[in-house]
Amino acid sequence: MFVDGKKTRPGHFVILLLLLGTALISLLPLYWMVITALQQPTLAVTFPPEWFPSNPTLVNFQRFFNRPDVLRWTTNSLFVSLAITGAQVLTCAMAGYAFAKKRFPGSNVVFYMYIASMMIPGQVTLVPLFLIMSKLNFQDSYWGLILPGIAGPFGVFLMKQFLSTLPTSLIEAATIDGCGELQIFRRIVLPLSKPGLAVLGIFTFMGQWNEFLWPLIITNSSKMRTLPVGLALLQEELPMQYGLLMAAATYAAIPMIIIFIMFQKYFLKGITVGALKG
Amino acid sequence: MKGVFWLVALRQFGKNVVKERWAYFFIFPHFALYALFFLVPVIVSMVLSLLDYQWWGVEFVGLANYTKAFADPIFWKSVVNTAYYTLGFVPLWLGKALVISALISPFRKQIQTFFKAAFYLPHVTSAVILSMIWLWIYNPPFGLLNYILAIFGVDAVAWLGNTATAMPAIILMQVVMGGGSSIVLLSAAMNGIPAHLYEAAELDGAGPMQTYLRITLPLLKPTLLYLVITGTINSFQVFTNIYLMTQGGPQFSTTTMVYMIYDSAFKQFQFGPASAMAMVLFVITAAFAIVQFRWLGEDVEY
Repeated sequence: MFVDGKKTRPGHFVILLLLLGTALISLLPLYWMVITALQQPTLAVTFPPEWFPSNPTLVNFQRFFNRPDVLRWTTNSLFVSLAITGAQVLTCAMAGYAFAKKRFPGSNVVFYMYIASMMIPGQVTLVPLFLIMSKLNFQDSYWGLILPGIAGPFGVFLMKQFLSTLPTSLIEAATIDGCGELQIFRRIVLPLSKPGLAVLGIFTFMGQWNEFLWPLIITNSSKMRTLPVGLALLQEELPMQYGLLMAAATYAAIPMIIIFIMFQKYFLKGITVGALKG
Repeated sequence: MKGVFWLVALRQFGKNVVKERWAYFFIFPHFALYALFFLVPVIVSMVLSLLDYQWWGVEFVGLANYTKAFADPIFWKSVVNTAYYTLGFVPLWLGKALVISALISPFRKQIQTFFKAAFYLPHVTSAVILSMIWLWIYNPPFGLLNYILAIFGVDAVAWLGNTATAMPAIILMQVVMGGGSSIVLLSAAMNGIPAHLYEAAELDGAGPMQTYLRITLPLLKPTLLYLVITGTINSFQVFTNIYLMTQGGPQFSTTTMVYMIYDSAFKQFQFGPASAMAMVLFVITAAFAIVQFRWLGEDVEY
């Protein structure tokens, strides 16, 4: 029933229970977040804690939405994450295609540069990026939030890996049929690389939706904050308002959890695509 | 003669460039952004680390920022703390992933996927959210952890307010929430192990423990090395949890290198010293990256 091709032994049930217990422990904090958020504000700090709220309420969410700029943070996060994801998917698909299917002077040097860059901790670029953005007058602006997010090298590496598996004969056949370069890219490369693009898109979106350090540094007005930064400042401002804070955390967590449940297959596959081959 | 040779080579190079002009067209959009907002900042960071950069002027100071950092006991403390975090986190995190991936391996594919998804779920929420939840769980009078411990007669502890427990508390939180992607990677690698090896082991009368230690574990070595090294590099960069949960305290007991870099750059506006510290982090990370290429060279395809 539980084991492929073999009879389930009693030992398997013990292991299954053990696994369920461990999984519950790692999901318990998320459950605790939701429970606290649904608790009456006074009950959030009452002993003993209630495992199932006897009197669930949305008051904490209401109080959270009554705070200034909450919707603005949400639209900022959404806009910035979508803009970076769209730009990443397109530019990385283009560059990945060239690295995978074309031999041109400099291709090896540039590609090794990309690989070497993946080893550089992002924090190395923090101070110069901040100074460059200030010089360009992009501080506290969407440009400042978006541009560095597109520049990361990982997506190009991922798309090159993926596109290398496309049969070159398809591209050659299209060339013989008189397709132009742009047509080949649009009609053949893009449609065939959909699974790779989906993986890159989902991971980029998730990374950007959750990004904290760069938006913290580059924004300084409340209107330009993204959701994680807004939440962190809320935590600093009202450290003891647990009901309100957990409502805010639940609100920010739910979109990603829904996306994860919907696109689970791509998530779980995507983890292996970026890492080892073979 | 030689001059002619170079001239011919240059012409050929130029011809190839023109012939493959579309390749440059495809690379240009990403490369332009990458050059401007990644490569240039890395180079500028190296230069900045040699400068005294103030709003009223810039002065070349040679290695003064480095000697200043190395003379700063808090910088050394941040190096030690980063090592402490890494040595605490990586073995526990990897151990958890190894045990769970081994335990789920005999089950049907649907059950495996269910557990992979369950353990991966916390990864999709941000470090900010997880930090907020764990601040609440670690809360000294009312938090969940002290409540559960009180059932077993343990007195309330200010987990994050104590120099001895603050770093272990952050490590514990990361271990409990982490491991999802490494479980997925390890079980993918385990599924790739040819079944005939296991059949042969069974015929030879090897028990499950022996089979795991003698067959599975050695064949997981490339994945394990990859995880150790990426896990270590990620641990070097721990920041968000520290920023939200302890601000590096109490008494610098959780000040990690990246927190220190952030603090000196964007709280004290010491851009030169911050860049010097970032360079030190870069060198340490690069050393580990080189180790990765050396050890994994044959197993990883790029």
